[in-house]
Amino acid sequence: MSSVPSRVGLVLFFIGAGALEAQRASLSIPRTARGKPDLNGIWQAMTTANYDLEPHVARPALAMRPGPVVPVPAKEVLAFGAVGAVPGGLGVVVGGRIPYLPEALAKRQENQANWLSRDPEIKCYLPGLPRATYLPFPFQIFQSASKFFIAYEFAGAVRDIYLKDPGPPQVDTWMGQSVGRWDGDTFVVEVTGFNDQSWFDRSGNHHSEFLKVVERYTMADRDHLWYEATIEDPKTFSRPWTIRLPLYRHIDPDARLGQFKCVEFVEELLYGHLRKNPLK
Amino acid sequence: MLDRIARLVSVAVIAALMTPLATAQPAKPWRVPRTADGHPDLQGNWTNATLTPLTRPTGQERALTKEQVIRVEKIRADTIDRLSQASDPNRPAPPKGGDGSVGAAGMVGGYNYFYIDAGDHAMVVNGEHRSSIVVDPADGRIPPLTQEARDRMAANGKRMSGFGQYDNPENRPLAERCMLSFGSNAGPPMLPNYFYNNNYTIVQTANDVMIMTEMVHDARIIRLRPGPALPEQVRLWFGDSRGRWVGDTLVIETGNFHPDQTFGASGERRRVTERLHRVDQRTILYRFTIDDPSTFTKPWSGELPFLTMDDLIYEYACHEGNYALANVLSGARAAEREAAPAKPDQ
Repeated sequence: MSSVPSRVGLVLFFIGAGALEAQRASLSIPRTARGKPDLNGIWQAMTTANYDLEPHVARPALAMRPGPVVPVPAKEVLAFGAVGAVPGGLGVVVGGRIPYLPEALAKRQENQANWLSRDPEIKCYLPGLPRATYLPFPFQIFQSASKFFIAYEFAGAVRDIYLKDPGPPQVDTWMGQSVGRWDGDTFVVEVTGFNDQSWFDRSGNHHSEFLKVVERYTMADRDHLWYEATIEDPKTFSRPWTIRLPLYRHIDPDARLGQFKCVEFVEELLYGHLRKNPLK
Repeated sequence: MLDRIARLVSVAVIAALMTPLATAQPAKPWRVPRTADGHPDLQGNWTNATLTPLTRPTGQERALTKEQVIRVEKIRADTIDRLSQASDPNRPAPPKGGDGSVGAAGMVGGYNYFYIDAGDHAMVVNGEHRSSIVVDPADGRIPPLTQEARDRMAANGKRMSGFGQYDNPENRPLAERCMLSFGSNAGPPMLPNYFYNNNYTIVQTANDVMIMTEMVHDARIIRLRPGPALPEQVRLWFGDSRGRWVGDTLVIETGNFHPDQTFGASGERRRVTERLHRVDQRTILYRFTIDDPSTFTKPWSGELPFLTMDDLIYEYACHEGNYALANVLSGARAAEREAAPAKPDQ
């Protein structure tokens, strides 16, 4: 019978440890002169979310075609071999599934089948949100008392996150209009004014121009940040849904954001057929 | 911050209006706003649009006379008025070979002034209207090229002479390919492009100064921390910039330029030193020196103001909407087909 008190003790121990853990995290995060968490730094996701936000097993390629026995990599990507294969992952969607409306789900399947010609990442287009966050490239946060700005390595995308709401977005854009505010120790950004062109991942997950993304950046400790994005788009989804993933600081003191100005990398793909003498 | 300044200024103006003239006090002198770590606060949106050219037109002194200022600004204002006229919706297609319109109108009456923001004033530095951005040499002209630079340009010209200007995407200018802004907007040196979007956002943190150029959403990250130099073979767009504060002036030194990002005749060996000093509520005085012994017979310098801008900066999604490059190339292919002699069997 001694197990009851010891179980209570164990529970109390865990509650105590949890509280301590939270306290330790709150003490260990860097803060600005005004006491807000200091998010300055270079961050990167470590996840397969850019392949597919939903849980998925590894597969041979992003583009497939029917084979005699099972589907095989499509001709265009065959030469990549294992480099072009898709790593599996448990996904980052809270609850596992994206709540598509039926027509939008059909479009996702169609996007997937036409990945090579449709994924804006292939064309080096601005990545939109939340995709910019979990592309396999770092991004840098510039935070001061009056500004909050993010520069992404991929395609040189940028966001000036307004700390004062300028009113409704004047024009639809790839990266949207961002307005940020502090909710305790969490930086909350509401992003609206998107066009309908960006995707969420390489699996054809998509949205309309009615997309609204609410991001929450919460420091777990000095080198880890929890990123949460709630996605709302009544034209595409039956209800709002959320992704959640950790971001990791590049801790090398000499780390720097690289340049991946990929426009020139895709010129042969986009314009090669228009050369005076197209390559054979 | 700027809003706060604007509020303070408007309060000051109201207070001044309410104060009887007899007891009017001299306005409180402007003091530079400072960041948490005590440096001048350069943050916000800025523009360097001006009609003052990079180099001095012949026959002008450094300072423009009042009459010269009135004249050049009037010419620009008239041009703007003319190009702001509503287009005639019933106008016919431009004639084959173009309608003779120049510049941004591009032979087909393309852009009217609605799309252009080229600067409508002669810039002012230290109270002086200027005839050129270049101030050193004193004649406002870029120093002569070295023999090495002339040889390099000749070799480059020879290499490119095998191509027609519309043969390949790589034969088109970087801005048309959406790689960089027109002119030297992002720089360094950060210069007006005399066309549009001469706008910048500056953000300062303890470790970096970030300067974003509207066109093409290019963020220059200027490192304030000490650290190892970039390896020689790593060459970046906008170069590799290190900044430091010398008193209240931000001094930025840049090298390791991408070989394709030339500046005039100047190549990847150039070093650019920039100095940003906030001189009043509206103005950062921006000065730069180009040192490239492989190109210029001596270093040269320029200066121009960056003025605060209350407007937002919008996304310049250039590549995503670059119909022009495909059309330019396919137009050239169409012209070639038309010019080709008909095949005998057709």
